[in-house]
Amino acid sequence: MTTLRAVGDRAVIVDCADLEAVLALHAALAASPPDGVIDLVPAARTVLVTFDPSILAGDRVAGWIRSTPPVRPGALGDAGDALVLDVEYSGEDLGEVASLLSLTEREVVDLHTASVWRVAFVGFAPGFGYLVTDSTRLAVPRRSSPRTSVPAGAVGLAGEYTGVYPRSSPGGWQLIGRTDAPLWNADASPPALLTPGRVVCFREAS
Amino acid sequence: MTALAVLRAGPLTTVQDLGRPGLAALGVSGSGALDRGALRLGNRLVGNDEGAAALEITVGGFSGVVDRDVWIAGTGAWGPVTLGNRAIDPNHPVFAAAGTPIEIGVATFGLRYYLAVSGGVAVPSVLGSRSRDILSGIGPPPLLDGDTVPIGSPRTGAIPALDVAPWSPPDPETVTVPLHAGPRESWFTPASLDLLFSEPWTLGSASNRVGARLEGPVLERSAAGEGELPSEGMVAGALQVPPSGQPTVLLADHPTTGGYPVIGAVASAALDVFAQLRPGQRVRFRHARPL
Repeated sequence: MTTLRAVGDRAVIVDCADLEAVLALHAALAASPPDGVIDLVPAARTVLVTFDPSILAGDRVAGWIRSTPPVRPGALGDAGDALVLDVEYSGEDLGEVASLLSLTEREVVDLHTASVWRVAFVGFAPGFGYLVTDSTRLAVPRRSSPRTSVPAGAVGLAGEYTGVYPRSSPGGWQLIGRTDAPLWNADASPPALLTPGRVVCFREAS
Repeated sequence: MTALAVLRAGPLTTVQDLGRPGLAALGVSGSGALDRGALRLGNRLVGNDEGAAALEITVGGFSGVVDRDVWIAGTGAWGPVTLGNRAIDPNHPVFAAAGTPIEIGVATFGLRYYLAVSGGVAVPSVLGSRSRDILSGIGPPPLLDGDTVPIGSPRTGAIPALDVAPWSPPDPETVTVPLHAGPRESWFTPASLDLLFSEPWTLGSASNRVGARLEGPVLERSAAGEGELPSEGMVAGALQVPPSGQPTVLLADHPTTGGYPVIGAVASAALDVFAQLRPGQRVRFRHARPL
């Protein structure tokens, strides 16, 4: 069950039941955008669709969204075409995360590397992907006070998500490691390594 | 290559064009000139494509000089603008001989000038645009005293003959702006929705290219709006209400997602108004015609 709400005269936001429904609707819409659609922005419980009303009228956009059947993404069990990111698990919050989850640090790392993740959406900063997996075993709250500066490549956990800071910025995620992967390159197409829908695995750097 | 030398950059001068739409799913906002109408007019006046890059000069305090004969036009804010010793009018194509200084004083109407130059500002583009996004840091850095920016080759042929474009100065009084219902209207009390339209709002001094912060009565959440909104996609013009109850109109460099409920959305044709509102100036909302 989806609800459409206009956001002014150039955008519609679709409320979805859960993140899985977001991924399914986003995948379906991304496969068939009519001319005049500018952006499809998935988020935790919504998909935002922006459009140019001089090319495509708002009621046509709504009709397209309503008539597009969601596409359930494939099961995450199959990691065959996953992007692999090498991570040094030396994050400052690894101990804190382990104690929050009543696990050892080793078990946190093993859970993080054994899970297959999918980029649900990108937000907060260019190229900052929110990755989810089938289990919520690694869910932790954000830090109570955010850091004023988190280095580029820092791998963190917050809520049900894992993510990697594409560049240095303030941030409140619990940091468990770091990677050298080039997450953002303005000269590349696409400029972000992590794009919505991408399947990702983390591997412990030796 | 032709260049514009920046003698004084003023408080904030950036290069802006019509931005980089279509990358929001990667966390990149549209950016671009805050007063898009003024940018497009300036470019038309000097014979450029409407989307050519120009300088967005906030408040004023700018001076610069070009090393080749060009046509220039100042649009957007109104204030004392001189070319050499000669005062020049806004919205007016002017021939600027090489070496003649262009001075742009503190704006008396509006807040953001656009200085368009025939050939356009030709700094390298990033992700398809020459615009500076001040939130994400994408695009050419704000200009500093002593910088030079390259100017492109003008289109061949004469620029359109036009003495002056009949544009009014930005309105210095209370401005009324059409507002559409927002997707999270039900998160607010009916009384707050009434206040939104009945009371004037004052532009706060912390406003910038990311958002216009409005000060006025506190907009209160309804019982239905007591939870926390999961972050969702945002658009320019969205009127986002943080827990303080003081709304912010998101502008070109807004974050692509946000977790505060959107109570309304400014009609896109009226969004340029927020580029020219001055801190302390008042704005009122009226109901936009339903979509």
